[in-house]
Amino acid sequence: MVSLNGNVLFSEVPITIGAEDFSTFIKNAYKFLQTDYSKFFKMDNLSKLAFLAADVLLKKENLNEEENNIALIFSNKASSLDTDRKHQAAIENDAEYFPSPAVFVYTLPNICLGEISIKHRLYSENSFFIFARFNAEHLQLYANSLLRSGKAEKVLCGWVDLDENSYDAFLYLVEKQGEIEHKTEEITRLYNIL
Amino acid sequence: MGKTFISYNNILSSLGFDNETVVENISKGKSGLAKFDDASLLPEPFCASMISSEKVKNEFNKIGDASAFTKLEQMMLLSLKNVVDASKIPLNENVGLIISTTKGNIDVLEKDSNFPESRAYLSELGKTIQHFFGFKNEAIILSNACVSGILAISAAKRFISESKYDHVFITSGDLVTKFILSGFNSFQALSAEPCKPYDKNRVGINLGEVAASALVTSSEKNLPKEAVEILGDATCNDANHISGPSRTGEGLFRSVKAALKEANLNAKEIDYISAHGTATPFNDEMEAIAFSRLEMQNVPLNSLKGYFGHTLGASGLLETIVGMHSMEKNILFSSKGFTELGVSKNINIIKTNTPKTLNTFLKTASGFGGCNTAVIFKKTNN
Repeated sequence: MVSLNGNVLFSEVPITIGAEDFSTFIKNAYKFLQTDYSKFFKMDNLSKLAFLAADVLLKKENLNEEENNIALIFSNKASSLDTDRKHQAAIENDAEYFPSPAVFVYTLPNICLGEISIKHRLYSENSFFIFARFNAEHLQLYANSLLRSGKAEKVLCGWVDLDENSYDAFLYLVEKQGEIEHKTEEITRLYNIL
Repeated sequence: MGKTFISYNNILSSLGFDNETVVENISKGKSGLAKFDDASLLPEPFCASMISSEKVKNEFNKIGDASAFTKLEQMMLLSLKNVVDASKIPLNENVGLIISTTKGNIDVLEKDSNFPESRAYLSELGKTIQHFFGFKNEAIILSNACVSGILAISAAKRFISESKYDHVFITSGDLVTKFILSGFNSFQALSAEPCKPYDKNRVGINLGEVAASALVTSSEKNLPKEAVEILGDATCNDANHISGPSRTGEGLFRSVKAALKEANLNAKEIDYISAHGTATPFNDEMEAIAFSRLEMQNVPLNSLKGYFGHTLGASGLLETIVGMHSMEKNILFSSKGFTELGVSKNINIIKTNTPKTLNTFLKTASGFGGCNTAVIFKKTNN
């Protein structure tokens, strides 16, 4: 399911058991959201998830075509393990040793921040944190620091996790003015209702 | 906003397990790089900076049971213990813990590993380190490619500025594994000979393993003589490519500009640059362009990769610590491996150890995902 500000944008109806696997979901969500971006198909699963979630939010922001100062503060539990396992499988046996640079480059969780920055022209702050579970407090503090110091005009924060066939993305945009107050309790509440 | 300092620190590397030994070896021009021919790591010979597992284990057994910890954990715990003990800071609610790594315990994915796959989760690494020392706060893990180590210093400063913590301990580390070697080799980025950052004959990188740790604090009390104040910091994305640096050095240029602005300094007031210098043709060229655009072409600059190799998520912190000792000793260390300029812009590479009064230095790093981080430090004269 993909939702924006609590409204469902896209929901996958499982036709057969297993139809909700990640690759089917992300492909259908990409089509439904009319995301026309050829580089998308080269991305690993974590980047696809993060990219599409960010795209839903950022395409409503009327961004500048040249450059934007929106910091990215993302987090998850599984880092890039989904792709790490693929690279490991390609080098595990000497007889079938075939590491690929196209896979290896995605064995870092922050690559998805690069993908989002390229698409939306963000020459901005990037940080990828790993926590055992969603950690609203540290995201809130870090975003505040970037806004207060003037290092970012807006901050796109959240959680983008993908491990085996379980995945979730929760992103939110923080700026100096808005309707929902930027505090830990609110962020946690919004994360929990998803 | 109050001041923030980098206080006690430790490097655990192939050049030694304590700062004095490591810095002494650098000043003598000794490199930790060696050639290896080990098919269990890479089908072809390679050059890297590796730490003997036996040596780590023997050292670790003095403080705990080595068999319960992976090699990386042993290295990081040994390194951080040194800093925690030296600081004499009680580990209460006001003390944070940041861990910086790109791959953590990735070697537990290997089929003959003695440890379960769950150890590959970086949050598990965080718990191991938190519980070993009894930190009250959960570890904050930063995994942002090759800028992780220097970005960890920024993050510590930011959490302190938000009054979350008074003190933040950082430990960083990465290993030279089959995983990493095979990946960089698939990019044809490895050099089989000791690397030559910025040199005309550079062909690529050497990987290295290290653990480096430091205390970042808001307190001016009890600082060691090499302590520095953090004056400014910034991270900027290239918004250009995920695995290649910007041809114009855009993100690095912007991050240094922003760090200078926060530090309230101009480019000419920087006494020394500890640059990234991986010795790949693209990276070094990109840096030369960025420093030239910044009009920093005359500022003495080195890369420490010729001593330690590229230590990935630890490199930024490791190289900052060496920079702190360099500044305290008022010596510019030579950029090992460099003989003849091989980048298109004229930059001032340090050829031999040179005495110079140093008051400020800039540390930069760039990494996959297009990230670039710059941090500026000032001597504290303790």
